[in-house]
Amino acid sequence: MPTETIGAFQIILGAIGRFWPVWLALAIVFGASIYYRKKLGLYGQLFGTGVGIAGVLICGFWLFTAIFASTIAPFDPLAQIPVMKDALPGAVVPDGGGIYYFGGDKLARDIFSRMVYGSQIVMIIAPAATAFALMVGATLGLPAGYYGGRIDSVLSFLANLVLAFPVILLFYLLVTPGIVETGLPRWMAGLFFLFPIIFFVALFYTRFKNRPERLYPLLAITIILGGWIYAGLVFDADPLGIVRIDPNQLNIFVAVVFASSPGVFRIVRGLVMDIKTRDYIAAAQTRGETPWYIMLWEILPNARGPLIVDACLRIGYTTILLGTLGYFGLGLAPESPDWGTAIKDASRLLRSFIHPALPPTIALMSFVLGLNLLADALREQSLKD
Amino acid sequence: MLAFILRRLGTMLVTMLCLTMVVFFMVNLEPNLKKLAISQLDMRSPPEQLESWLVKNGYRQNFFVRYGQWIGVIRKQPNVDPETGKATPRFSFCNEPAEPYFGGILQGDFGCSTKFKTTVSAKLWPALGATGILMFWVMVTMVPISLLVGILAGMREGSRTDRSLSVASIATTATPEYVSGVIFTVIFASWLGWLNGSAASATSQGITFYNFTLPVMTMAVYGIGYIARMTRASMVEVMTQQYIRTARLKGLSFSGVVIKHALRNALIAPFTVIMLQFPWLLTGVVIVETMFRYQGFGFTLVEAAGNNDIDLLLGCSLVSVFVVLFTQLISDVGYAYLNPRIRVQ
Repeated sequence: MPTETIGAFQIILGAIGRFWPVWLALAIVFGASIYYRKKLGLYGQLFGTGVGIAGVLICGFWLFTAIFASTIAPFDPLAQIPVMKDALPGAVVPDGGGIYYFGGDKLARDIFSRMVYGSQIVMIIAPAATAFALMVGATLGLPAGYYGGRIDSVLSFLANLVLAFPVILLFYLLVTPGIVETGLPRWMAGLFFLFPIIFFVALFYTRFKNRPERLYPLLAITIILGGWIYAGLVFDADPLGIVRIDPNQLNIFVAVVFASSPGVFRIVRGLVMDIKTRDYIAAAQTRGETPWYIMLWEILPNARGPLIVDACLRIGYTTILLGTLGYFGLGLAPESPDWGTAIKDASRLLRSFIHPALPPTIALMSFVLGLNLLADALREQSLKD
Repeated sequence: MLAFILRRLGTMLVTMLCLTMVVFFMVNLEPNLKKLAISQLDMRSPPEQLESWLVKNGYRQNFFVRYGQWIGVIRKQPNVDPETGKATPRFSFCNEPAEPYFGGILQGDFGCSTKFKTTVSAKLWPALGATGILMFWVMVTMVPISLLVGILAGMREGSRTDRSLSVASIATTATPEYVSGVIFTVIFASWLGWLNGSAASATSQGITFYNFTLPVMTMAVYGIGYIARMTRASMVEVMTQQYIRTARLKGLSFSGVVIKHALRNALIAPFTVIMLQFPWLLTGVVIVETMFRYQGFGFTLVEAAGNNDIDLLLGCSLVSVFVVLFTQLISDVGYAYLNPRIRVQ
């Protein structure tokens, strides 16, 4: 055990100091946002309420932490300094190596750095998985709500099937090394990742059908970009070698998208059923617009309010799901610095040491809280108009 | 009403059939079978021996035949040794008749647990009982608190009570069980020493305030916020209704209006929410029972999944899927029953 430690006051000051790029970025963003508030629409209105400001602040904090993680974290999240095993917060690494602000864990790694790097995993997977779930849910929910009838019954039945699965059971069945061997995640990824491409192709095609000079470039961009990412993510065959994903992470990603798209489907379906009775839809139908044009360009933009709120809540929920996966040691590597894994490791040793447990729990809680506050403020603002 | 319930029951059966088939397929994937064979024989067995074990014990039959056997509509064949002609049970710790028989879910036979070396029923039902006790206490604390919070917040929309209670509810929905569990354990078990950080003794020595408060608290907190917010929304809506204004204008006191006129109508929506909360609680049960080492259903599920215990995992899945679908049914029927305006089409 290291003998030298610094006091509580210095720990707080030092930790806050390490976050300097975040404070700088937050100050710039906040200054600009408040200055241009009137022109920023819904985002600008958030700065009118305390809840909204708190939400933006917390989410922004973790976003910038993820971006600047390598500058903020004083140590490598996987590096072990044997003498620092179970070191208390503020322990000084011998020979002027730096300070373990929040102490060391049972494998002598810096808890502070691990917490900072853990935000990267959450920030990459949670919003991306939510975006995919939104596109899958929207692409299926729009026709289900608009046409009704048999399409609706079949899709709703499938969505209810997935929703009737307890999430934890789904993860235990779907996120295992055995499943990766069978190639099932790749098949599912192949299916799910098709939806964004279909979505954007349909989006541009319905709009610019009669204007080939706009349509073809947009379609070309979608298909090349989509196909490139698709090849990289699903088949690990990116010709340039930039886009690739670890098989385990792909497995988690697919499981999370699978678990949350039925929820989006139901919300989109409900919104479509409500909006399609409006007059402007009838007007579009009378104009002779195609059903997909109406769905994508008339209904979807008018459903954006509830969808944005739902997306915020859903990113938070996905963060909780990722934490659950980490807590049960599913999918993520055992040494991965994500918050769920850190909570799992720390909660087993709670009787002897409590300091490794607190940073990841508070980090996870605060991020989800920030998203929920944001969603609440957004809901209030969108209800106003 | 009866036709509605029957139709819902029919849908529920079809859903259950589909879901169990998916689960059956997933737990019987090749890597799992291989792991099972290895665990039953030994690590160094050659692949041919593993394969012959799987064939001998009927794991290589057609998928639908095996699924039918599991349900209990197709006869299970006894495991006859070709040399001696004698029937031996697949697992030494479970009895199996020597002649072909129907032994599946419909007959109440859930199979054998390879992890606990007993029948699945012997393990599953006591575990469910233990979880039932946990759920009971969670409901007893969660429902009144959340309804009270929701009603107090929604009674006067926009007041200071409303704002602070709303933020508090948001905060609890942002605290999943594995977070609140750790925080509560740190505060109440490590620092204050009031409560026991483990519920392991609850199984053997009975439930006490000392060992059972933390699990119940941890589970209740995550649900409170959600139910409270739904109750609040419902209460706010009811309070803007004409009949509330009429009641106020004819001179009834505010508390009288809330209790006599608003409450009954405001509590219909939360009822559905509470019922639909069960699938979420199931995840919570798994986390809390693992964290506090309470030997209930969630603990069994984790053990089954972690040790590749095929029959036990199937049993757990069946139970959880049943719970989810059954609570959905109750919530639909109850909603139609409670709210006379919603007539079943």
